[in-house]
Amino acid sequence: MAMRFNTLRRHMRESFKSIGRNGWMTFASISAVTVTLLLVGVFLVIMFNMNHFASKIENDVEIRVYIDLTATEQDKQALKAQIEAVPEVKEVEYSSKEQELKNLIKSFGEEGSSFRLFEQDNPLSDVYVVKAKQPEDTVKAAKKIETFKSVHKVKYGQGQVEKLFKTLGIARNIGLGLIIGLLFTAMFLISNTIKITIFARRREIEIMRLVGATNGFIRWPFFLEGLWLGVMGAIIPIVLISLVYYNIYEFANPKLTVPFLQLLPFHPFMWKISIVLLVLGGCIGVWGSMMSVRRFLKA
Amino acid sequence: MIEMKDVYKTYPNGVIALNGINVRIKQGEFVYVVGPSGAGKSTFIKMMYREEKPTSGSIMINGVNLAHLKDNKVPILRRNIGVIFQDFKLLPKLTVYENVAFALEVIEESPRLIKKKVMEVLDLVGLKHKARFYPDELSGGEQQRVSIARSIVNSPKIVIADEPTGNLDPDNSWGIMEIFETINDRGTTIVMATHNREIVNTIKKRVIAIESGKIVRDEARGEYGYEV
Repeated sequence: MAMRFNTLRRHMRESFKSIGRNGWMTFASISAVTVTLLLVGVFLVIMFNMNHFASKIENDVEIRVYIDLTATEQDKQALKAQIEAVPEVKEVEYSSKEQELKNLIKSFGEEGSSFRLFEQDNPLSDVYVVKAKQPEDTVKAAKKIETFKSVHKVKYGQGQVEKLFKTLGIARNIGLGLIIGLLFTAMFLISNTIKITIFARRREIEIMRLVGATNGFIRWPFFLEGLWLGVMGAIIPIVLISLVYYNIYEFANPKLTVPFLQLLPFHPFMWKISIVLLVLGGCIGVWGSMMSVRRFLKA
Repeated sequence: MIEMKDVYKTYPNGVIALNGINVRIKQGEFVYVVGPSGAGKSTFIKMMYREEKPTSGSIMINGVNLAHLKDNKVPILRRNIGVIFQDFKLLPKLTVYENVAFALEVIEESPRLIKKKVMEVLDLVGLKHKARFYPDELSGGEQQRVSIARSIVNSPKIVIADEPTGNLDPDNSWGIMEIFETINDRGTTIVMATHNREIVNTIKKRVIAIESGKIVRDEARGEYGYEV
């Protein structure tokens, strides 16, 4: 449907006029969107970063399969083939007991030198380091490997991994629930604002309908008004969250030396968040407005 | 042409507004609709511009059955019907010119054409010199003339008026009737619900009397009155 430029200009003008006319309600609904998006934005930032940490941790999760000391070279080969045949397994890496000892010594730094005595009589086992295709499958894979012959012991941070995934899942769901609740509140407030606009202009709408304006035409200014309310409500959250995140990032990231505890870089992460907030604001605005208009135009 | 066949209308609250209406109004006719308040006059009028739908029966306007007209086709119907009310329904914040132009703007007529048409109809109702006035700067009669101008600016084939002189003094009422006659002379059908005995008895036209949702009298060049 091609719209005349004049018509579009008219719709724009009308939408801005009623934003000005319903000063307080406009302010209230923009504030509602602002508060909502502020919280949504903070949640999103935290959630994305948590996911980021989680995926780092998840990727670090590995299964250490300690090989029985009595196992022969053939047993080892057979075990490797067996492990590789487990469907959840992505890769298997061999680490000899000499290698393990070196790692151990290295991880202790200066004091590690005292372990050198063991170089003569190494008490450690040879190890297969196994990675699962999906981090969530780690436990499943480990349970299977445990039953294989020549396996002395399997370690994968038992309990810890399960707990981590569970906690992350719960946090994610609570966040999502809160966000959805807030979105509905903001939408409800916008739909009330638009209702007042419609009420103020009911005579105008009545005449429009009498002289044969289409519902689409009548709807446009309200559609735009809702859009403006939503978009304006998104401005403060975007600016505020960007500023705060930028400062946190600049301040904290150099100090966070643990490899998996790294914040997502400001760029492009904040651009994405900003766009999400803007679109979200626009959507709740438009949706709220259309809910009011629909009821009014049904007649 | 307007044709109603066995039109019944029962409102959700149980009130029976129309109780079997059969009527034909030819293109170019001038018809008064008379009857006591609450007899169904307004419902009868509303049926013609699809403000109300009949509970049963058919209403044909220029070959289209309004009983089955889809909601999204109603705007097209309304562009061919002018409607006038007792309370004028003008927008107080718009000038006379803007009020009339409004009817064309909202159906996305081109600006050049809008100007031409609006000036034409304002001339017809004798208000060209007051184009820049606001409604509350005008007399009741003048306001009604603005609303007539708005209703005919799109050159509809049918003009429907619900007690157009109800709020006006006699002098102004006669002025309004003159305009209706002019419009009618140009071939436009006029259906006018009224309580004005003097007008109906002086400017003789077809009279349809409605009582208790039924047409109790239908006379060419009739008189005011509905007592059987």
